Amino acid sequence: MDVQKYIASGILELYIAGILSDKENLEIANYAKEYPEIQKEIEAIEASILTLSKKASPGLKYTFKSIMDRINNDVKIISINDKRGAPILTYVGWAASVLLAIGMFWLYQQNQELKSDIQVVEQQNFDLEQEIADSDSSLEKTQELLNSIRDKNISVVPLGGQDISPTSYAKAYWNKENKKVFIDAKGLPEPPDGFVYQVWSLKLSPLTPTSMGLLENFGMDENKIFALNNPNESEAFGITLEPEGGSESPTLEQLYTLGVVSAS
Amino acid sequence: MQLDLLVEQFKKKDPSAFEKLYGMYADNICGVINTIVKNDNIAQEICQDVFIKIWNNSESYNSSKGRFFTWILNIARNAAIDEIRSRSYKNEKKNLSADYFVGILQNKEEEGNSNVDTNGLRNLVKSLKEKCVQIIELLYFRGYTQKDAAEELDIPIGTVKTRNRSCISQLRENMESK
Repeated sequence: MDVQKYIASGILELYIAGILSDKENLEIANYAKEYPEIQKEIEAIEASILTLSKKASPGLKYTFKSIMDRINNDVKIISINDKRGAPILTYVGWAASVLLAIGMFWLYQQNQELKSDIQVVEQQNFDLEQEIADSDSSLEKTQELLNSIRDKNISVVPLGGQDISPTSYAKAYWNKENKKVFIDAKGLPEPPDGFVYQVWSLKLSPLTPTSMGLLENFGMDENKIFALNNPNESEAFGITLEPEGGSESPTLEQLYTLGVVSAS
Repeated sequence: MQLDLLVEQFKKKDPSAFEKLYGMYADNICGVINTIVKNDNIAQEICQDVFIKIWNNSESYNSSKGRFFTWILNIARNAAIDEIRSRSYKNEKKNLSADYFVGILQNKEEEGNSNVDTNGLRNLVKSLKEKCVQIIELLYFRGYTQKDAAEELDIPIGTVKTRNRSCISQLRENMESK
């Protein structure tokens, strides 16, 4: 083999640069052992690159000992001041999480408001249902009352206004079968505080009054119809104004209305 | 032969052999890194990492695949190139090949606070033609293949080997003439 020609080809320079194939590297390593000129040339080329690279050296900051210390401690040094990352990405990340937090808080607020709205609506709903139930029950009562008054056994007794209150009037619906009287007192003025209307069953000869009961809660009653028991053989009905709690016998000066049962 | 022995001991994790090799090559390796990163402090940091890597991978060196210096040169330039690629503040448009190691001379003179032996470096490269600076940079400090270097320099691939040979010869003459 022509050693000089081989050297002149420039392949040894590339060998030092480390850019040849494994096959070429092995071949040169073998030639270097075999031919001292080649070995010498390789060392000379390497020396030129060593010299050139040494001129560019910034100096050795770390002693060999400090490198061995790092190796032995196997310290993984992570630079805290490493600014090489992507700060923009970091900021964007933080901004996104803050926005997300605000968004979630807003949604939470909305949710709470909706829940409270639902509660209000539920309460209103409940109130309305209650009203409907009340109306139903009121209607039922009214119809019951109407049916009672329409009963074929009912005698209607109009009670006319008396001296103390000529414009007053009332009606008594008397069911003799089940011994009940419904007093329609819509034509009576509201009793003053501390007084109450009292209904009397009267026998005419001799005049014998029997109390049938009080028209309690007169002001509160809506239809002003009062149901009373009447086991008496009444000939007339009278309504007087009495002190609260009623009286044993009627105060005739305070007789508001009076009506006689027509003989049937 | 002494080098071969040292390297064998180093492969067996002998710290004193490693220390001798460090003494022989640390400046060169740090210099190679500096031609790429062109910053004293960063070059020094990478240089330390490179020697730790060399120690940790000592058993993977095989003399049949090349010179010991060539092996550590390869590790060093890969580490340095990784560094500049990861540096986002570097102008990405800055063409690596357009900024040769002689750029250190300009940089250092402007900064005026470098340890680099700028006079020595200038003497060494002053008579080198620009095409020599370029090809040495690409093949030794960048690890370009012949094909890549030929494309980069826009020359036939067969020319790379011979031009590099003559450029290295010029460099050797400059060293001897000093």
